Amino acid sequence: MVDIPDYLTTFPEMSRTELRDLKKGVDAAFRGFSRTYGEGIENFFKPLLHFLVWFEKLLLATPWPLMILILAGLVWLGARSWGLVAGTVAALLVIGYLGMWEDTMFTLALISVATVICLLVGIPLGLLMSKSDRLQAVITPVLDLMQTIPSFVYLIPIIMLLGIGRVPGLIAVCIYAIPPVVRLTNLGIRLVDKDVLEAADAFGASGWQKMFRVQIPLALPNIFAGINQTIMMALAMVVVASLIGAHGLGSVVLKSVTNQYLALGVMNGLAIVAIAIVFDRVSQRFGKRMQKHMEVVHG
Amino acid sequence: MASQGIEIRNLYKIFGPKGEKYIPMVKNGMSKAELNDTYGHVLGLNDINISMPAGKIQVVMGLSGSGKSTLIRHINRLIEPTAGEVVYEGVDVCKMSKSELLQFRRHKTAMVFQKFALLPHRTVLENTLFGLEIQGVDRKEAVKRAERWITRVGLEGFEDHYPNQLSGGMQQRVGLARALANDADILLMDEAFSALDPLIRMDMQTVLLDIQQELHKTVVFITHDLDEALRLGDQIAILRDGAVIQKGTGQDIVLKPADAYIADFVKEVNRGRVIRAETVMRKGQGGDQSVPKSALLETVAKRLSESGADEITVVDDGGQPVGVLSLHDVIGAMVTPSV
Ligand SMILES: Nc1ncnc2c1ncn2[C@@H]1O[C@H](COP(=O)(O)OP(=O)(O)OP(=O)(O)O)[C@@H](O)[C@H]1O
Ligand SMILES: [Mg+2]
Repeated sequence: MVDIPDYLTTFPEMSRTELRDLKKGVDAAFRGFSRTYGEGIENFFKPLLHFLVWFEKLLLATPWPLMILILAGLVWLGARSWGLVAGTVAALLVIGYLGMWEDTMFTLALISVATVICLLVGIPLGLLMSKSDRLQAVITPVLDLMQTIPSFVYLIPIIMLLGIGRVPGLIAVCIYAIPPVVRLTNLGIRLVDKDVLEAADAFGASGWQKMFRVQIPLALPNIFAGINQTIMMALAMVVVASLIGAHGLGSVVLKSVTNQYLALGVMNGLAIVAIAIVFDRVSQRFGKRMQKHMEVVHG
Repeated sequence: MASQGIEIRNLYKIFGPKGEKYIPMVKNGMSKAELNDTYGHVLGLNDINISMPAGKIQVVMGLSGSGKSTLIRHINRLIEPTAGEVVYEGVDVCKMSKSELLQFRRHKTAMVFQKFALLPHRTVLENTLFGLEIQGVDRKEAVKRAERWITRVGLEGFEDHYPNQLSGGMQQRVGLARALANDADILLMDEAFSALDPLIRMDMQTVLLDIQQELHKTVVFITHDLDEALRLGDQIAILRDGAVIQKGTGQDIVLKPADAYIADFVKEVNRGRVIRAETVMRKGQGGDQSVPKSALLETVAKRLSESGADEITVVDDGGQPVGVLSLHDVIGAMVTPSV
């Protein structure tokens, strides 16, 4: 046997005290930041909190038959499928019967508001990204990071800044769910047929005219695929978000995990799945309807 | 609505990051291949000078990669020139500001594309009024005008169809209607009929010629097909490696090809449909039958064989005799001389 020198078998680590000081330093710095700006940031998100609370109350105050009617109507508008409407109504009836109505409304409110925020931020961001290669080069790795970093890791700074509650939960959901709609908006705009764009240029279309009359309409199938994925990812986050204070089905699942309530956990989990399926099918069919005329039949 | 001609002067286009730098070398005779091999820049256009006549059809012809698309895209500046000017109504298009250029494209030019480039999410009607919408024309008025052009190109009843529900020929009719609805003086057509079947292509050529008789637009028509060029072109320019190698009428090109490359091109042409009576007539007068001096030889031959006469008199626009042709002369001129 050859003697392997010491410096090859043990990794040249930072000294323990140095490492501890580094971590402490970062934590202290962030805490300092949080102490100085935390309140400002919290105030910034106040309107969002009010809106979310108002929306939750609205959903809960609406009589359940009316709510089912409204949801069925929305499903019909989006998907134009009686089968899906029937499935939605049946799922909602079972959910209500099994005592999960209130939590379902909380979750619906969270997902709807999170989706709206993701679209309001994500679509314009995707559009900007499609205009600039440099911006794309900057944002893409950030999106990659947002999607790959374990969500528990970014829960920590969110809690340090905003504490526990609805808004931190909402923000956690948005961070996780926003990348697809940004990516696919960017991609969709970039994939628009160059020949068609050239035609728009030849007819003297301005940048805005091209954007709203040509690029966005032609990118819609991709944008809708992004919206669909964003909604699905938001739903996937409801349990994690409930760790930091989001109400709804997710928090019941969390409670069931810590207390080993099998039936309760499964029931609430299935309710989340039911909502996911409805959202998925409706947004997919809506997207498909928009692109009915896009396929090339004749060469 | 008298159209104006387009003057293209000393136009150069070198593709690549430092195009201007190589202009002097190209001016000194560096070839396209040399520029590409040594400096990695592509010579798109090399000292183009063409006066495109007002109210006429100017055809630009050449093989693939000769720079036809590059040239036509300089007229509405979809491609920025490296040097030179494109003058229309006394203004150099290449020097226009961004907003002037938008106005120029909206009101003075319209374009028809090889691959149609229709908007797939819009119906025939809405494709046709696209240019008007961009101009900001009131919706009602735009619909009215678009419908008129849809009818004119023979698509009435298809207003609410989407492009993917139409055949290629019909799609290009939409492309033509969209361009005509713009009411612009300049009509740019980049291989507009090349993607169509031969029969449909002839159809579309006829549609274009009919419309042109009425509207007298300044048309720039790109093609790589000599028959099409001869049928449509009041004037023809032939490009090779980004340079004009011959300009003239169809007759000029068929009768006096500038070099072996063009001679090869025109070899297969049906000369009876290109050469006119005045070009080959002899001095003199023959019989009471007559044809106008601009008549094509094919027409003359038909008249001669129908009447059974030996000779036919060629007359000018005022009906005065200016020459004579026999069946022998006509057939001799229609046969391609062996080189
Ligand atoms: N954006 C570009 N960058 C670099 N080279 C280009 C670019 N566009 C065209 N070229 C080159 O310029 C030359 C002329 O191209 P152009 O498209 O004008 O030819 P064309 O005569 O229209 O051919 P085709 O019949 O195939 O349409 C070709 O060598 C082509 O490779
Ligand atoms: Mg071309």
